[in-house]
Amino acid sequence: MFAVLQFPGSNDDRDMLFALKSVLGVPARLVWHKETELPPNTQGVLLPGGFSYGDYLRPGAMARFSPIMAAVLRFAEAGGLVLGTCNGFQILCEAGLLPGALRPNRTLQFICERVWVRVENARTPFTSRARAGQLLRLPIKHGDGAYFVAADELARMQERGQIVLRYADASGAVSEAANPNGAIANIAGIVNEAGNVFGLMPHPEHAVEPLLGGGDGRAILGSLLDAVRQRAEVRA
Amino acid sequence: MKALVYVTLKPDVLDPQGVAVAASAHSLGYQALRAVRQGKLFEVELAAADERAARTQLQELCEKLLANPVIEDYRIERIEA
Repeated sequence: MFAVLQFPGSNDDRDMLFALKSVLGVPARLVWHKETELPPNTQGVLLPGGFSYGDYLRPGAMARFSPIMAAVLRFAEAGGLVLGTCNGFQILCEAGLLPGALRPNRTLQFICERVWVRVENARTPFTSRARAGQLLRLPIKHGDGAYFVAADELARMQERGQIVLRYADASGAVSEAANPNGAIANIAGIVNEAGNVFGLMPHPEHAVEPLLGGGDGRAILGSLLDAVRQRAEVRA
Repeated sequence: MKALVYVTLKPDVLDPQGVAVAASAHSLGYQALRAVRQGKLFEVELAAADERAARTQLQELCEKLLANPVIEDYRIERIEA
């Protein structure tokens, strides 16, 4: 069972549910933020995009205190797999489950476009279906997507392989020109030190059907599915 | 009790809003203006026994909610009865 959290102001929750249930064919349900427990047998938690609490104070700052987040913290600390896209990434940073923070885009403009991201680490539960260096075509749509982390922490994250996705151009070069929002080191997605919590600004759930502009998001959601299945087999 | 809490970006964090404000000021002719950093001011009312208790509460609140310690600093000023 995959739990897709629903905060007031989430708007990609149903798209995430559609990607999981209808495209990947796995059981998933929405979980309202006022709940205090995740559904029994939850194997993965997804924090969708949107504008939880209207982005008041800072994006993700309020959602972090929603009742369900205490259960998500326990789930993550026990090694459970957690994936946050866009506003979900912002919430995970605010909650301290991921290092760093998301700042307003360098241009101050809301960006809605398809970008290339390069897979920097394919040995995570979220990228195992990709190979290192592979380019994925994914949509972004955000106003606050400029990832920031202090230089010393960034160096540690790089050593540990926590940088998972970087914005790149179509040839795979990670360049300033390919950086849509001013993210430090072109970072588009990171994992925590333990590797079980993943946050990314692009939207894999909006890239699961070629008819709707591409299927590269399946590489990410499919990897999560594989990881959940492997864990279930180990337990069985 | 009333207090003012300032939340400002750490010096090494890029502030595109401040940069845009400075650029607008320049286009209005204020060439003397060097740089702008945009922050937040919170006017807080709270119940506390004395100023020290109020400061302790406000510090906690800043660490947990009003500021994001990864990117922001805070300053508690002018606590009035």
